[in-house]
Amino acid sequence: MVRLEKRLQPSAVFAWATPVMAVIATMIFGGLLFAALGKDPLVAIRTIFWDPLFGQYAFFYRPQLLVKGGPLILIAIGLSLGFRAGIWNIGAEGQYIMGAICGAGAGLAFYPLEAWYIFPIMVLAGALGGWVWAMIPGVLKVKFGTNEILVSLMLVYVAEQFLASVSLGLLKNPQGFGFPGSRNLQQYPSAHNAEIFEGTGMHWGVAAALIAVIFAYVLLSRHQLGYHIRLTGEAPRAAKFAGVSPSRLILFCLGISGAFAGLAGMFEASGPAGQITIDFNTGYGFTAIIVAFLGRLHPVGILLAGLLMALTYIGGEIAQSSLGLPSAAIQMFQGMLLFFLLAVDVLTGYRIRFGQREAA
Amino acid sequence: MDLSAINPVLLVASLMVAATAVMIAAIGELIVERAGVLNLGVEGMMITGAICGFAVAVQTGSPLLGFVAAAGGGALLSMLFAFLTQFALANQVASGLALTLFGLGLSALLGQGYQGIKPPATPRLDIPMLSDLPVVGRILFGHDLMVYFGLALVAATWAFLKYTRAGLVLRAVGENHDAAHALGYKVIRIRVMAIAFGGACAGLGGAYISLIRVPQWTEGMTAGIGWIALALVVFASWKPWRVLLGAYLFGGVTVLQLNLQAAGLAIPVEYLSMSPYLITILVLVIMSADKSRAPASLGRVFHATH
Repeated sequence: MVRLEKRLQPSAVFAWATPVMAVIATMIFGGLLFAALGKDPLVAIRTIFWDPLFGQYAFFYRPQLLVKGGPLILIAIGLSLGFRAGIWNIGAEGQYIMGAICGAGAGLAFYPLEAWYIFPIMVLAGALGGWVWAMIPGVLKVKFGTNEILVSLMLVYVAEQFLASVSLGLLKNPQGFGFPGSRNLQQYPSAHNAEIFEGTGMHWGVAAALIAVIFAYVLLSRHQLGYHIRLTGEAPRAAKFAGVSPSRLILFCLGISGAFAGLAGMFEASGPAGQITIDFNTGYGFTAIIVAFLGRLHPVGILLAGLLMALTYIGGEIAQSSLGLPSAAIQMFQGMLLFFLLAVDVLTGYRIRFGQREAA
Repeated sequence: MDLSAINPVLLVASLMVAATAVMIAAIGELIVERAGVLNLGVEGMMITGAICGFAVAVQTGSPLLGFVAAAGGGALLSMLFAFLTQFALANQVASGLALTLFGLGLSALLGQGYQGIKPPATPRLDIPMLSDLPVVGRILFGHDLMVYFGLALVAATWAFLKYTRAGLVLRAVGENHDAAHALGYKVIRIRVMAIAFGGACAGLGGAYISLIRVPQWTEGMTAGIGWIALALVVFASWKPWRVLLGAYLFGGVTVLQLNLQAAGLAIPVEYLSMSPYLITILVLVIMSADKSRAPASLGRVFHATH
């Protein structure tokens, strides 16, 4: 008989080993999935995980790693702070959209003026847009005890409708020949989130993501607020006795995750995407949840997990064009990763014992 | 704008149709939560049920088999959640989210090649004389069979929880799993069964959308109905009859805004489309004042040490 025995301390070895085990298990089962779809599993896995980094056209794909990883890491860092404290903001997708709309809207308000201060204003507007959108579930939870999971998620659908509305109305390009979507910010130098180093994929959003990683690391390991976040997650009652105010923590965690998601949206709209369109959002806000868990809610882990997830996006696109692998297969692949991670995670907190238990 | 184009009888009749999917899914989740488990994967199970039901109905030509397959598909997917939370003791919130993300990908994959096909029509209840009655006939006797199935499910769930021994045990497990375990009830087994029931209901609800409500298959077609079902359980204070009320309220808002769109109201379409989600938030706020009715063990991990 197999049974579980609780460890007194979570295993440090397994805390690092489980994400690796989950990735390997996903590769194996993903390979089986690809085989079931009639593709050579080894070729598919190599196309997804190897070719973007070391393949023939790697010089083209490597910058994409930062372009795709940047927003994922930035959003996931914000989410991880809340997840650690048991505050579940799962509406990052909506905050990402609102940040993009506010950021791009602030920039377009100045069009065609060229000035140095436009981009910083856009950054602030983007963060503010995401922050406000996340404060709605935050304030409702603090004031009325409303479930933040459901409210933040409902607001994703509201934000999507709002996005459609502004791309057809308020922000529509007057010189766009009637097509939906805003002006292209890449052609508006003061508002363009250009690459910092040409050809590396390193734009200001990636820089912001790296700063966020350092910020979160310092916050969690060196600052009292970070200690309160960890304490609330691990022992809510103890946190209360220690004088941690749950309301303040809820507002802080939701606010910062919203602001980060908003920033990610703004950097995306003004950089790689270039404009606000109806289908601007591509699910980064949801994938970031996987990234946060895969990184074990640890800033450095999230950095690595974000890059890995970016790799599956790029590899998935290559596999789509070269092998004809459906894009949904990659989506499922990413979902599978989270499943395996949660499943093997039991090893961190518990020991597996075989055989009958002895009498106590 | 021409409000007179809105026919109140048709409005009520289509309200009942619009409410059915979310009602069936919410009843399933209600049983899961009464057993003390929070499964946030309703959306994923619904969309999986939607494509399973659609594919089987198209292949076999039988909507009935489609609904059976949808229930099976939803239940099967929910077993992944059951394994994670009941045996691997994973966090229920994270596992539910994983189920939704996985279900969305899985359904998109399964649904390839099913876009733009019409499913076989589901038979309507048609009682001579009664269905032809003015007003009442259309509202009470003119629906497809799943509408009545949904209503029967609400009644059955209510009776099950209130009058049967099994219902009492289920509630005991949800209120205090340690006490239930000490009394010798198999907490894990009961919860796994509840999760399977929830999955089957979510699958049926999803298939209702793809086979009757819309009826066709598009990726992500459930568009948050699974999440609204979760909100509905909170709104209903975990009581079956209030799920019915909430579902009809939600159905009413959905149908009304669609009718207003068609009538050419001066509000842009996007803002009308937001309204069901905004109303859900509003209702959640109103209902959240009373937290006392939530099952006491909701969302807590159970691990028997002896």
